[in-house]
Amino acid sequence: MNKLLKLFSPNFLWGGKQGKGPLYRHMFNYSRLWRSAVMLTALSAILPLLAITWFDYNVTQKAVESETLSRTSRTVSNTKRTISSFLAERKSALDFIVHDNLYEELIDPVRLSVILESLRKSFGGISDIGVIDASGQQIAYIGPYLLEGKNYSGQDWFKEVVERGIYISDVFLGFRNEPHLVIAISYELPAGSFYILRTSIDTDRLNEQLLNLELGAQGNAFIINSKGVLQTPARHHKKVFEKIVIPVPEYSSKTEAFQYNDPDEGSQILGYAYIPDTPFILMIVKNKNEMMKSWHKTRFEILIFLSIGILIVMVGVIGFATFFVNNIYIADQRRIKILHQVEYSNKLSSIGRLAAGVAHEINNPLAIINEKSGLIKDIFQFTDIYAKDEKLIGLVDAIHNSVARCGTITKQLLSFARHMDFSFQPVDLKKVIREVIGFLGKEAEYRNIKTSINISQDIPEFKSDRGKLQQVFLNLFNNAFAALSDGGNLDISAIRIRNDRIRITVADTGCGIPEKDLKKIFEPFFSTRTTVGGTGLGLSITYSLIQEIGGTLEVTSTVDVGTRFIITLPLNAKMIKEKNNALTPRG
Amino acid sequence: MRLLLVDDEEEFVATLAERLSLRGIVADWVTSAKGAEKMIETRHYDLALLDVKMPRVGGRELKKIIEKKLPGIKTIYLTGHGSAEDYQAGSAEAEYYLMKPINISDLIEKINDALGK
Repeated sequence: MNKLLKLFSPNFLWGGKQGKGPLYRHMFNYSRLWRSAVMLTALSAILPLLAITWFDYNVTQKAVESETLSRTSRTVSNTKRTISSFLAERKSALDFIVHDNLYEELIDPVRLSVILESLRKSFGGISDIGVIDASGQQIAYIGPYLLEGKNYSGQDWFKEVVERGIYISDVFLGFRNEPHLVIAISYELPAGSFYILRTSIDTDRLNEQLLNLELGAQGNAFIINSKGVLQTPARHHKKVFEKIVIPVPEYSSKTEAFQYNDPDEGSQILGYAYIPDTPFILMIVKNKNEMMKSWHKTRFEILIFLSIGILIVMVGVIGFATFFVNNIYIADQRRIKILHQVEYSNKLSSIGRLAAGVAHEINNPLAIINEKSGLIKDIFQFTDIYAKDEKLIGLVDAIHNSVARCGTITKQLLSFARHMDFSFQPVDLKKVIREVIGFLGKEAEYRNIKTSINISQDIPEFKSDRGKLQQVFLNLFNNAFAALSDGGNLDISAIRIRNDRIRITVADTGCGIPEKDLKKIFEPFFSTRTTVGGTGLGLSITYSLIQEIGGTLEVTSTVDVGTRFIITLPLNAKMIKEKNNALTPRG
Repeated sequence: MRLLLVDDEEEFVATLAERLSLRGIVADWVTSAKGAEKMIETRHYDLALLDVKMPRVGGRELKKIIEKKLPGIKTIYLTGHGSAEDYQAGSAEAEYYLMKPINISDLIEKINDALGK
């Protein structure tokens, strides 16, 4: 779990451990690298996804819309047929009457009333019937009003029926105050004259037909005339004869459907058809939103799909980017650690060369002083003249002692430098430790730090890398000195264990290391002394140096009590080194 | 017993020879490999005390020349310098490899040791 969390929140995202100095100059800006990796991959993955989804969205929407239109247009077409046949039936009935009856029979009121009765029985909703002669005079009439003898010759419908042979009127209220329409047909008499049979039909039947249509989607079917006046009641608060808001659509012989934006009710789908031979236009209005409900569901599904797609892509992209950038980061950290180590040992070997040079240059004059003062002393001792002069002998001895001291220092320097580049050779542990302590001797003296070296007698000379051992001890002792307050103790002890190993313990009575830091002290760049010039590399290098010579380094510490470093070294490092090389090709 | 001291530092080598003679050890000294070659033409030496680092011909080279002329001669190297190879090779080739400055009694001890071997 921790590991998973670390995968998504690695060190580099929070800036990583960045140090100062030339080595860090060429490090990547990892969080920027990560950001651009995420952005580029995410873009290249998500853009096509978005494009496809957008395309699919549009195609589906168009398909649903055209399906909606064609569905509406189908309904309109069917309804148009119903309405047409409704009117055609009545017209055919009139046709039948004029063909079945002679003019003389029709103008007989008794016969006419029988016909009216038959029509009512067959069709219903027929309120009256009349016969009008060529002059426009109503010759016979059966119905609720006294319209016999009325002259229609001046009226428009009369002219139209004469001209076209049939007339279907708009719906009107008339005397009865009932919406109805009039159908009239003309019949030519053999004599060359003609007469007109006219009947009024209630629109109730028609209304019923329209109202009973199963439209769904808050659909609304009604008929308007060519002036846009409602001929049948519309479902929503529109009364007959009211002018509808929708502009009268253009004439078309086919059924048409289009979208219409109603200012009150929003988007509507509107289908219409002109009913042939009538002034009527059938209209069906449906709420677009209702019709598109299935589309809304699909749209929601597309969006869900898109979101899940983007989510998966992002998780993948972020996971991969993090993984790769983290690998670069780790590789970089390792590279810097190695560079540091190289730099560090370079520095150390330059110091060694310098020391050797100085020591050598000083050694020769020192040797001359030594011999000259020696000769003076010899003269004193071998001749009697000055033999008794205590003071002169004392002076010569002082010179001698100083020369010896200088000699010790230069020898130490030379010895340190000489073993700097050495690989495996016999090592006297005691000597190495004493040599390194020698460098810190003065500081120990000034700060009153007591060092004790306790090396078990059964430790033989063993083969190891003397230079590396020196470096290891120098680092450990330096650390101990940094941790120790004045007057503290540094104990170095070594024992032989399991016959083939040496355990060296470097224990100080210093400030100790807190538990939480203890795990990290061998990591490169971990330092609590950053402000006072620590690089955070000393222990990391020490650790890898000990590994290189086949040993292990452990640490135990108690805050305010002290720290104990335990080095375990093999007595026969050669064998282990070979194994070590084979085991750690990644260095 | 006769010693040959070779060192490019005349002040050092002359004084050392004088001090040794005070202690009854006969020691001739020269300041170059050339001088040393001349000396061994005419005399036999039991032990050569050679400076490792000398101009032109160094102590290690000189040792080979001397050994050709005087097989069985013992050698002690004396040096103010201590390069890694010199130390390794020197301590292997010669009886002793000593660092300047050296205590006279230590030196005499080593000389006796070398000759006693």
